[in-house]
Amino acid sequence: MARTNSRPLSPHLTIWKWGPAMAVSIIHRVTGNGLATAGALGLIWWLMAAATGPEAYATFVTCATSPIGYLVMAGLSWFFFQHLFSGLRHFVLDMGAGYELKTSKTWSILTFVLSTIATAAFWAAICLGKF
Amino acid sequence: MGTGTGIGRVRGLGSAKHGAHHWLAQRYTAVGNLLLVLWLLFSLIALPGLDYESVVNWIHNPLVAVPLMLMIVSIFMHLRLGMQVMLEDYVHDKGLAFFSMLLLNFYAYAGAAAGVFAIAKIAFIGVVK
Repeated sequence: MARTNSRPLSPHLTIWKWGPAMAVSIIHRVTGNGLATAGALGLIWWLMAAATGPEAYATFVTCATSPIGYLVMAGLSWFFFQHLFSGLRHFVLDMGAGYELKTSKTWSILTFVLSTIATAAFWAAICLGKF
Repeated sequence: MGTGTGIGRVRGLGSAKHGAHHWLAQRYTAVGNLLLVLWLLFSLIALPGLDYESVVNWIHNPLVAVPLMLMIVSIFMHLRLGMQVMLEDYVHDKGLAFFSMLLLNFYAYAGAAAGVFAIAKIAFIGVVK
């Protein structure tokens, strides 16, 4: 796009002090697109491997339970819970509620706290039942 | 009624009658994902193991295969709408925007078809020796 250098630019990302609402907003987009790509492909791989047979499933399990596999699964599970709680926050905002400065800040921070707790609880439940 | 005021247009009462369709479909599929993916995660916790036989025998059950297929459809509809918004924001070149939208649609429909097919095969055939 053509831009005239003689005109001042509107203050953008670099000039604002970061706040929880800004963080939760961009993280919603990052987690959503991470789940849409790596998450969805991983899910399809798992289902396709199970549909193909024991060997294909064994290959999937070997990759998924490698150090990198666990890192990806842990990351995706946090992405999921973060996107979930951030999405619930969006439902509230869609109703026109929760825009007051303090309320907005509190719920933005809470999405991070709740997603981290939910991720830890999920893995604790998996580990307690399977190992 | 509805064509003149802003709120009327937002409510889909404008001349097109479906102005908010994309936005609403994003919310409907979000609720679908919320219920179905949480069900999947709780089911994975409840399963005796995550080995081949445990997983395939679980999906073999029609009461599992059907919601799992619905989950795939909901997930891929939701990710198609969500990634569309992201691409609309960041891809400014018109030709590239068209091409990225083409790839996104291929990805979303191919992914959903692969997922539904895999579940159907397990539902009909079960454990492969």
